[in-house]
Amino acid sequence: MEKKIIATTSLAGCFGCHMSVLDIDERILDLIELVEFNKSPVDDIKTFTKPVDIGIIEGGCCNSENVEVLRSFRKNCKILISLGECAIMGGLPALRNGIPIEECLNEAYINGPTVGLNTQHILPNDDELPMLLDKVYPCHEIVKIDYYLPGCPPRADLIWDALVALITGSKLDLPYEVIKFD
Amino acid sequence: MTNKIKIKIDGKEIITDQGKTIVEAAHENGIFIPTLCNFAGALPKGCCRMCTIKINNRFMTSCTTPAAHGMEVENNTIEINDFRKGIIELLFVSGNHFCPSCEKSGNCELQALAYRYQMMVPRFPYDFPIKSVDGSSPYIIKDQNRCILCKRCIKTIKDEHGRHYFAFKERGHKLEVLLDEKMGKEISSALAKKAMENCPVGSIIYKEIGFEVPIGQRKYDHKPIGSEIEN
Repeated sequence: MEKKIIATTSLAGCFGCHMSVLDIDERILDLIELVEFNKSPVDDIKTFTKPVDIGIIEGGCCNSENVEVLRSFRKNCKILISLGECAIMGGLPALRNGIPIEECLNEAYINGPTVGLNTQHILPNDDELPMLLDKVYPCHEIVKIDYYLPGCPPRADLIWDALVALITGSKLDLPYEVIKFD
Repeated sequence: MTNKIKIKIDGKEIITDQGKTIVEAAHENGIFIPTLCNFAGALPKGCCRMCTIKINNRFMTSCTTPAAHGMEVENNTIEINDFRKGIIELLFVSGNHFCPSCEKSGNCELQALAYRYQMMVPRFPYDFPIKSVDGSSPYIIKDQNRCILCKRCIKTIKDEHGRHYFAFKERGHKLEVLLDEKMGKEISSALAKKAMENCPVGSIIYKEIGFEVPIGQRKYDHKPIGSEIEN
């Protein structure tokens, strides 16, 4: 069987979901028999170099760069998977959704207890920096997402079972313990 | 002696006492009907619609409908289960339910129902409403972000004179369950713990003992909600 091409990214996430992939332990040797990684922090390929079969998204969208990356994933991947609570519902970054953006920035850069070095009280305003969105959005509210794997992080068994079922076309029968939201 | 009656749930015949609700009859006979606002010992209200069943092709709430002789009830069907899943999804999007940061995670009935019905993502868009948190009581944090307005705390948490600690405020989409400011300051530690236990979600949190039970040992970590009823 030809190897499936996989791309992954972490948007507004903590890389915990990527770490959870490593929890598949020695099955990682089976994984490299099944798939080839393209654009991903795993192999540090920065741009898409070929059409991708499965795109895996960690984290929601909190700024304009996240939206751009997510849209490029939709464009280049046949199947997109939202991996983890942040991609599915915004997760911990979305805790800021009830707070006005100005208040967030002031707390982070001007008024917070740990901003001693910012004596000129500057908010980050370089053109190179992506703009923050008004709130953190789940990925499926920006582009179409095909599958969802919840968890914080998703259990390694869930990621493994889902990936193998998707690649080999076998039936997915998930045990109760692997679907968790924390 | 009470009269015995026979009803059928999904074709299975069960015998129960006259006057019992369908939920009570089903649970006594090892058939699980999911409930959320219903609480043993308190008057059923039928507001969350989780226990919806079908009788004579009509949707009814089984916590408020008394069982009657010869009734034929549809419970565990694809249509009804999807309806229930839809209710869970609506509750998830209409509040701010951040499971990874919630102290009730693993012991939460709403989350457990979502696990049971395999909710991977809600079909509705997230609302992210702006809600308040009240920490003025010495023992209780009342977090409106997680409240599902089931009224279980209002019905079950009372003082020795029968006065309620919790009450509804406002109406419609502004409706909230508030802890009385004065009584909240006087609430006993034991009653505060009971309030947390009776809350199906993490809206009532007992202060200073968060995340007491580690992941893997919590109530719904290994067995789905309702597995203690089913046989």
